Amino acid sequence: MSSDQVMRDMMANLPVPEFESTPWASPPPLSEATVALVTSAGLHRADQERFEGRGDISYRMLDRGDRELILGHWSSNFDRAAYVSDHNVVYPIDRLEERAADGTIGAVAPRHVAFAGNQPDTVSEVRLDTGPAAAAELRADGVDVAILTPV
Amino acid sequence: MCVLAHVLEDAGIATVVLASMRPVAERMSVPRVLYCEFPLGRPLGMPDNAQFQHGVLGAAFDLLNAPSGPVLVDYPEVVEAVEMPLACALPPRYDPDIAPSIDEAQGLRAAYDRAVARRGATEVGRAVDADGVIEALADLERVAAGEHWKEVYGPRLDTIAIAHDIRAYYQEAALELAGGPPPGARQAEAWFYEETEAGKTLAAARDALTEQEAPSGITFYMQPVGR
Repeated sequence: MSSDQVMRDMMANLPVPEFESTPWASPPPLSEATVALVTSAGLHRADQERFEGRGDISYRMLDRGDRELILGHWSSNFDRAAYVSDHNVVYPIDRLEERAADGTIGAVAPRHVAFAGNQPDTVSEVRLDTGPAAAAELRADGVDVAILTPV
Repeated sequence: MCVLAHVLEDAGIATVVLASMRPVAERMSVPRVLYCEFPLGRPLGMPDNAQFQHGVLGAAFDLLNAPSGPVLVDYPEVVEAVEMPLACALPPRYDPDIAPSIDEAQGLRAAYDRAVARRGATEVGRAVDADGVIEALADLERVAAGEHWKEVYGPRLDTIAIAHDIRAYYQEAALELAGGPPPGARQAEAWFYEETEAGKTLAAARDALTEQEAPSGITFYMQPVGR
C-alpha cells in the first residue's frame, strides 16, 4: 500500500470537529472578485518566524510578490520535493496572477495566508482565535474568494 | 483546512477547499470542496505543469457558481505517487577514515550549493544549516552505534527537525544532480531512504532511539509512515 493511502486511511477515522450547519458566503462574479490563497503548508518568508512542531496555531501573512517561501509544515508524511521544484504546486500564486491578467478573476489579493496543518487536536484556537484574525485581515484587503490548499 | 473554510465563510469570504482527504471533507460540512486525488504535498497535482494547475484552479472556480451548498466534486484526473527511487548517482567513497554518511554528505555539498543558488532559497535550517548537516550526521552515527541520546543531545531531543534538515539537504542536492523534469511524488523520498548512507543512518538512529524509549512522538515523525 502506498504511503499516501496509509495516511488517507489513518486520517479517514480521526475525530474531527462537528459543525451543525454549512456557512455560505455568496461571492461577486469571479471577474470582479479579489482572490486570495490560504494554505496549511506553513509557508513563510526567511525573515518571518518559523512554525513550531507541536500544534502551532499561528499564521503568516504573505505579500503578493513573495516567492520561494519556506515550507514550514512539520510532517514528514507528504512529498516535499515537488514544492522545491515549483512552489505553484502548493501555492499557485503565479497561476493566480495569470488568471488576473486574462480577466478570469478581478484581482489577486495583496496578501495571502499560511497556517501550518499541524494544529492541536481540538482545532479550537484556529476556529475561535487565529482563524478569525486572519479572515479579518483578508476582509480588510477586500478579499471576496479564498482558495484553500493543504499539503 | 476545513475548519478554516468555516471561519472564512463566516467572515463573508467564499471558499473552495482543494481537499486531499475526502472522508474528512465529507464529515465537516464544508461549503465547497474539490476533492483532488493527488499525491499528498501536491494539492495542484503536478509541479512545472501550468496547464494542469490551471485545470485544477478552473475546476475550483467553477464551484463558485453553485447557488447553494455544500458542494463536493471529485476532480476527474487522478495522479499517483511513484515509489521507484529517483535516478541520482551518489558521490564515490572518498575518505575511508570517516563515516560513509559524512563522506557522502560532504560529496553532495557542491550540488546542494548550486541548488540553493539557482532557487534562491533552501528548506534546510529548521535545526541546523548546511554546515551543520555534517555534525548532525555525526551525532546520529553515535546514537545509531548505541550511545544514549541524552549523552549525545542533552535533555532536549530535536531529531524531527534534524531529520528534516538532513533529508532536505539531500533532496535539494538530488534534484539538482538528477536534472530534467521534477520526479514523481515519493521518488526523492525513496532515493533518500533506500539508497543513501544518510538515510540508512537516520533509520538506524531512529531504531536505536525507539529501543532507548525516547519520546514516541519524536521518533514517529523522524520518518514517513511505512519506513
